[in-house]
Amino acid sequence: MRYLPLTDGDRRAMLARIGAASVDDLFRDVPDEALAAARFDDLPDHATEMAVERQLSALAARNRAAGAGPCFLGAGAYRHHVPAAVDHLIQRGEFLTAYTPYQPEVSQGTLQYLYEFQTQVALITGMEVANASMYDAATGVAEAAAMACRITRRKHVLLSGGLHPHYGDVTGTFLRYTDVAVERLAPDPLGVEDRMGRVTGETACVIVQNPDVFGRLADLSALARDCHAQGALLVVAVAEPVSLGLVTPPGAMGADIVVAEGHAIGSPLTFGGPGVGLFATRQKFLRHMPGRLSGETVDEDGRRGWVLTLSTREQHIRREKATSNICTNSGLIALAWTIHMTLLGEAGFTRLARLNHQAAVALVERLERVPGLTVVTPTFFNEVLVRLPGRDAAAVVETLAARGVLAGVPLARFWPTWPELADGLLICATETNTDADMDALVAALTEALQ
Amino acid sequence: MTGPTPSTVSGNLGLRLEEPLIFEQGDPAKTGVDLPEPGDRPDRLGGLARSGPIGLPGLSEPEVVRHYTRLSQKNYAIDSGFYPLGSCTMKHNPRLNERMARLPGFADLHPFQPQGTVQGALAVMGALSDWLLGLTGMRAVALSPAAGAHGELCGMQAIRAALDARGEGDRRVVLVPESAHGTNPATAALCGFKVRGVPGDARGRVDLDAFLAALDDGVAAVMITNPNTCGLFETEIIALSQAVHDAGAFVYMDGANFNAIVGRVRVADLGADAMHINIHKTFSTPHGGGGPGAGPTVLSAALAPFAPLPHVVAEGEGEGDDGGWRLVEHAEGDMRPFGRMKGFHGQFGVLVRALSYMMSMGKDGLRQASGDAVLNANYLLASLGDGLTPSFEGPCMHEALFDDRFLKGTGVSTLDFAKALIDEGFHPMTMYFPLVVHGAMLMEPTETESKASLDAFCETVLALAEKARAGETAVFTEAPRHTPRRRLDETRAARQPVLRWAPPASARAAE
Repeated sequence: MRYLPLTDGDRRAMLARIGAASVDDLFRDVPDEALAAARFDDLPDHATEMAVERQLSALAARNRAAGAGPCFLGAGAYRHHVPAAVDHLIQRGEFLTAYTPYQPEVSQGTLQYLYEFQTQVALITGMEVANASMYDAATGVAEAAAMACRITRRKHVLLSGGLHPHYGDVTGTFLRYTDVAVERLAPDPLGVEDRMGRVTGETACVIVQNPDVFGRLADLSALARDCHAQGALLVVAVAEPVSLGLVTPPGAMGADIVVAEGHAIGSPLTFGGPGVGLFATRQKFLRHMPGRLSGETVDEDGRRGWVLTLSTREQHIRREKATSNICTNSGLIALAWTIHMTLLGEAGFTRLARLNHQAAVALVERLERVPGLTVVTPTFFNEVLVRLPGRDAAAVVETLAARGVLAGVPLARFWPTWPELADGLLICATETNTDADMDALVAALTEALQ
Repeated sequence: MTGPTPSTVSGNLGLRLEEPLIFEQGDPAKTGVDLPEPGDRPDRLGGLARSGPIGLPGLSEPEVVRHYTRLSQKNYAIDSGFYPLGSCTMKHNPRLNERMARLPGFADLHPFQPQGTVQGALAVMGALSDWLLGLTGMRAVALSPAAGAHGELCGMQAIRAALDARGEGDRRVVLVPESAHGTNPATAALCGFKVRGVPGDARGRVDLDAFLAALDDGVAAVMITNPNTCGLFETEIIALSQAVHDAGAFVYMDGANFNAIVGRVRVADLGADAMHINIHKTFSTPHGGGGPGAGPTVLSAALAPFAPLPHVVAEGEGEGDDGGWRLVEHAEGDMRPFGRMKGFHGQFGVLVRALSYMMSMGKDGLRQASGDAVLNANYLLASLGDGLTPSFEGPCMHEALFDDRFLKGTGVSTLDFAKALIDEGFHPMTMYFPLVVHGAMLMEPTETESKASLDAFCETVLALAEKARAGETAVFTEAPRHTPRRRLDETRAARQPVLRWAPPASARAAE
């Protein structure tokens, strides 16, 4: 068996050293009834690399790869071109097969890239400090809500109706059995919800997304001021990290905690996971922040180096009093993110953002000419909400998929019981979409809406 | 071999190369990605365009490749050597798994494509579920938790939901043995439970009498790791589970050590109601320097209705492998999901790798793997028993626990001993965990180490123990000396946190 180095001869010699009759003898502490009950008849035996590759390739072939034709799907997962060097570098075994850097003398590679990662995250979000990543943005938003409650010692969090529904679901689930009340506003495609009307002296934070899940960009400065006047924090989620290359960052609008989904930079879509949550805040809230942190220090010879630090917040020390139960972060996806960001640099990152916005503007100009379609989102980065009055958007999406065009994400996918949203469709354009893709989408939509 | 670190003009030492931060070598004029010129249509940003530079450094592709290659060379990894980190299961990560996860049909898949275009992906999730249920004997599995601690949260929330559903929400106590991972009490607290500790006995197991005494009608669940964190099988587990069930409570089994029994024992037969599975331990997916992992959580019939969304179900004609699959994203029928754990559909890319591993190993290979893992650990226990001090009598399961009695009076601590191992080219074992023995050294060799590798390690450890007893303390207290950095000042890092790069004050003043 190709992954197991021991030979039968080795096993005999080792059992002799141990003084055991057989490998089964080493399991003698397991109750006999459990050993006897164990049946695995329905599972197959081992297979060659060639056979496994054949079977899994057949399953992969039953999927339509997003890039196999025009694709305009976003809604929290954005398709970007990832330079070849990224995947090559993250597959170096010294990165791929290392553990969490608890032994800093033999983990300086991981610790240095995490420190660089933290700096890049802080810079693009306009914040002062960032951690070494969370699982994804959804769990990051949940952690931000809990953190705001720790800071303010309040027990109410208000979630905007423009927040990605998965972020809201995960936050509600995460806090479900705590003493925190999670209030979610209704989906808000027009951007008219009254947030401050729901803020009380018990509100720890207001959580919004920018651009919101309907693609709308908003100036959050006034909201930040209003929150702070009430003693509440403003948490801003960013689902499309590329937007931060062109749009005023949440930090500059007064956000206290910023959470972003980093997955779109450095990693392929991979059906939505694994992702990487970017998490940044103000220096004064540092010790309330969850997650791992790489910090600069010196070694015995006075040379600069890095260690995991402020671990007194963590569960292996604090146990039931820890800031979070989370142990793992998303190291390798954070590495892909930071390598892609380093390749882009200031010039590349800002240009990539402009390319995305220009692609979306070009697409919207074309969509505005499609009869039976209304573009709802007035200000946007690379995604808009359109309405197809009188039509079931999910059915239109299926029709276009049959023609090889992935047109967008119908709102019914998130809100199946909201008939007033059934004609809504989220359409996104990135630098990967060509003019021909847009022509194909517009032609197919025009035909389907006739 | 004593003395200061040798110095060179450059600061490099042969293959050991110094590498500055990207911020110290970049130039905003450079980039490593060529992109087309954007168009010049009027923007639709509503006046929210960013003003001023971000401050990101620019590097060309060759500079980027060299930077990260040099960084990688400062890491120890399972690819480069023995990594006996107890409780962490640092086993070989097969490269077929990496290739499979990168097939365009898996990697280039949007989570919200119409379901008819992702049937192969749903079939992967279905097949993985079948494997996990087959190996554990459980009723249902939630695939979405992102890692072990996240799976713990999933299982404990399912327990809380089940208790609430039967009107027993006032059960608020969770029993946690003192040898447990720190995540267990942290998770219980997050679910609104109060933690009640249970002591161990002299054999390194849960003290059954103390456990039964603590089990009253306020108890919601027990969180128990089996094999436990001392590397020992809880011999009384069936009686313990029975008592928990008789008391109307649930058994949460921490599956961190499932790799010791996979293919031999089904946790359903031990009485588990919920267990997370650390995919990155038992099923060989890479640790990646700290994630991403995956923590699918198997549930008993009593907890299955409360499994979080989404679910994958076989449906329609020719259901299953060759037929239709459906991703259920909203509650329907008699489902009573307690919520959603994660954005999208979980750690799909990690799950593809795990399936690739399971298919490669098969049920016979997995059984051989757990057997070899236990054999290797017992070989360490037997080989090191004379020079070190084992904490408990064998046989152990997949890891061997020693304490620091053998270092008594030498002036060498467990930490020093670990750092000396680094100089010898080995990654240290887990130190000071579990907390139930003094100066713990927990060694987990895994099944993917050869006998020669274990012999080399044991020879080194025994020789080091001899040096410690012979009073050669400098070998330990000054270690490591042959690493990119020597011991780092962790106190300073925590007292004066520097968590991001900033331009030197002189550069800021010049602006």
